[in-house]
Amino acid sequence: MIWDNNFAVSVIPLLLEGLWVTIKITLLGTTLAAALGLFFAILRRLAIPVLSLVVSFFVVFVRGTPLLVQAYCAFFVLPAYGISFDAFTTGVVVIGVNYSAYMAEVYRSGIQGVPKGQWEAATALSLPSVRTWGRIILPQAVRTVVPMLGNYLIQMFKDSAVLSAITVVELMATAQAIGSSSFRYLEPLTLAALLFLAVSYPASRLVNRLERRYAPQH
Amino acid sequence: MSAVIDYAPLLWQGLLTTILVAVLSGALCLVVAFAAGLARLSSHRFISWPAGVFIEVFRGTSLLVQMFWLFFALPFFGIQLHPLTAAVLALGLNEGAYAAEVVRGAIASRAKGQTEACIALGMEPALRLRRIIIPQSIPAMLPPFGNVMVDLLKNTSLVSLVTVADLTFRAQMIRSSTGQTTAIFLTILVLYFVLSYLLTLLTSWLERRFALDRRALAAQRKDSKMMKVGAA
Repeated sequence: MIWDNNFAVSVIPLLLEGLWVTIKITLLGTTLAAALGLFFAILRRLAIPVLSLVVSFFVVFVRGTPLLVQAYCAFFVLPAYGISFDAFTTGVVVIGVNYSAYMAEVYRSGIQGVPKGQWEAATALSLPSVRTWGRIILPQAVRTVVPMLGNYLIQMFKDSAVLSAITVVELMATAQAIGSSSFRYLEPLTLAALLFLAVSYPASRLVNRLERRYAPQH
Repeated sequence: MSAVIDYAPLLWQGLLTTILVAVLSGALCLVVAFAAGLARLSSHRFISWPAGVFIEVFRGTSLLVQMFWLFFALPFFGIQLHPLTAAVLALGLNEGAYAAEVVRGAIASRAKGQTEACIALGMEPALRLRRIIIPQSIPAMLPPFGNVMVDLLKNTSLVSLVTVADLTFRAQMIRSSTGQTTAIFLTILVLYFVLSYLLTLLTSWLERRFALDRRALAAQRKDSKMMKVGAA
């Protein structure tokens, strides 16, 4: 018998626990990425002499290097300088910072898409810059950005499996642990794949619908 | 820094393995992309439907899960793959599924008049795809293909988890034997960054090379330059 049904059923509760951790990482990581990404996008747009350049380089560098190596850096290098969190927190921070670099680009295109007249009108009304950003520009920019953020959320959900390499016990790590302790990899890995699919496929369908609804009206 | 210099030959071998994995899986990715992307567009249900399932399954699950499945679960069916084979297969199929959507999208968005003109000229479907539709779609495919290839390059680091001795794997080895964590990891971060930067340069060169209307592209670039000057 290649596929052992009883064994498969017996590992489902453990895998669901792992899935819950994966979902927690994704939600926390996306929140962090959305906030940091917005911060980076605004810093770049403000064109503060040195700072904006540093932020731009940081964004390009993060986008050009693998998530796994970034995770190793945070997990192995930072403790040497006295900064250490538990694996879960490190994982959330690493994946959040990684995705913030992508989200910064998304926000940037959203901000660029706001018509110039909106800026001019805000200047003409002599609105202070905080209100110009907070009440005029960002609400319009974020509207077009929402579906793209949804796509990154799904991407992060799948990418969070990489964090199993720094001992975060999420879905992938759980499946692997079950496999190595029982010497049966087929069932836990197949079920893990199905669980990933069961969440990400409906989610991407939903994002597609959002995309159509939030499409800019011309 | 001394560990990096002492272990430079080991890192160099790792870099070569990373490049090898990237080139092999990149080639597989292109083949899969065109095969699945074109099959997805087929009007025959029994061709387009399996392609759709393949694309959704590989895009919907994690690359790491796919790699581990090929490496750890496939032996239960009596198929034992070499780590490198499993890694290249997983990378190529996974990124190929993403690239298939690029192919599908680019071809589906071609102007209908081109297909109609081909039919009017009595071209066979295969000929019209090969001579007219695909060449016209390539400029539209190149920028997203570039993104997929950079993703693929970065994802080659995952092959270290199925014991392929790539750059990340070597770095882990050197880290555990010397303890000079910072220097090693910063070095490989920079190496990966340089590789992905080179890939971006290659893509933008190809984009210029394959542009349908080079004069229009030059004008467009001039415009965007002027806009940048205006913004500053």
